[in-house]
Amino acid sequence: MKSRKSELLVGVFVALTIAAGLMLALNVANQSMSNSEDTYILYAKFDNIGGLKVRSAVKVGGVTVGRVDNITLNNSDFTPLVTMSISSEFNQFPETSSVSILTSGLLGEQYVGFQPGFAIDGIENLAEGDYIEDTKSALVLEDLIGQFLFSSNDG
Amino acid sequence: MKFFINLGANTLNRLEMFGRATFMLFGAIIAKPQPLKMIPLTIKQIHIVGVQSLLIIVISGLFIGMVMALQGYTILVDYGAEGSLGPMVALSLLRELGPVVTALLFAGRAGSALTAEIGLMKATEQLSSLEMMAVDPLRRVIAPRLWAGIISMPMLALIFSAVGILGGHLVGVDWLGVDSGSYWSIMQSTVDWNKDVVNGIIKTIVFAFVITWIATFKGYDSIPTSEGISKATTETVVFSSLAVLGLDFILTALMFGIE
Repeated sequence: MKSRKSELLVGVFVALTIAAGLMLALNVANQSMSNSEDTYILYAKFDNIGGLKVRSAVKVGGVTVGRVDNITLNNSDFTPLVTMSISSEFNQFPETSSVSILTSGLLGEQYVGFQPGFAIDGIENLAEGDYIEDTKSALVLEDLIGQFLFSSNDG
Repeated sequence: MKFFINLGANTLNRLEMFGRATFMLFGAIIAKPQPLKMIPLTIKQIHIVGVQSLLIIVISGLFIGMVMALQGYTILVDYGAEGSLGPMVALSLLRELGPVVTALLFAGRAGSALTAEIGLMKATEQLSSLEMMAVDPLRRVIAPRLWAGIISMPMLALIFSAVGILGGHLVGVDWLGVDSGSYWSIMQSTVDWNKDVVNGIIKTIVFAFVITWIATFKGYDSIPTSEGISKATTETVVFSSLAVLGLDFILTALMFGIE
């Protein structure tokens, strides 16, 4: 009878652990876009990526469609090259789409904002390995202040 | 001259002790495992080591989560960033406090008990009588306790983190008025399953192994007198706490230090 009781309590213990693990999995952690999920790769060159990091989100109108995979410096023209993996679910973006680096909130983290372009006849969809031509760099506060000072000197 | 003799003797003693500990580990875990006999014994030990530590783990997890929410709130509210309370509580619990505080509590609550129990078994010659009856005390006494510790401590740490996050919710949301939606959603977008949760679990498994190894070995190797047992129990708590804190730094540097 004694061992029955300890078995019962251990069972309760295991159930509690599973409940805690489930809570952590479902409520606390975001399941990172696993490798098994189908993604395709897009590239974009920026003049300045600001505080963008690997694993930053790629968002269309606030909805996350992918993640930044890799950030490197292109050795020939010294511009940052951002590699993004986009979920294959969203593979209908026209080639005229543009990307810009935005900040969520005043102090928030930076993410890649993706603006789908117009789909007109004769324009193909973005596919694996394509470069997005139309990019806008991150806003750098010092540059903004510099521009402001420069323009206010004129007046 | 005498200094060098002492140094040499000390080093040799330590190495010898480490060797004995490794032998014990091999004898208990690796040599000829008998899972059918082991499982019921291990479950009984999980009850003693794990289930009976549950209360202290839940209560301290709850209070640590509550205190962190309170402290974090007073700082974050100055910047209007109290929405970041959720990720702050969750990340510090999952990455550091969950594994480390659970390990320290576990060393104090369960490790010391293991050492004292095994030490007393040795002092009252129960281990020798087991051997007389052709029962290997390493497999009958040590192995179930080792497995129970290694299995139950990661479970306790998971429960600790989960309860701590709920405690943070209790103070941050229900008392201080942080928005419940932002508490959970910003937490969800910040905490990564592989990087934060799984790394925390790996930490606790390492800690659990080290603590139970030290605890069982100190008991098994204790001098069979009342003084020896008290010394072994103290050493268990001291050594395993120091080992946990040192290993925590190394593991953190390996996991989160180099990006």
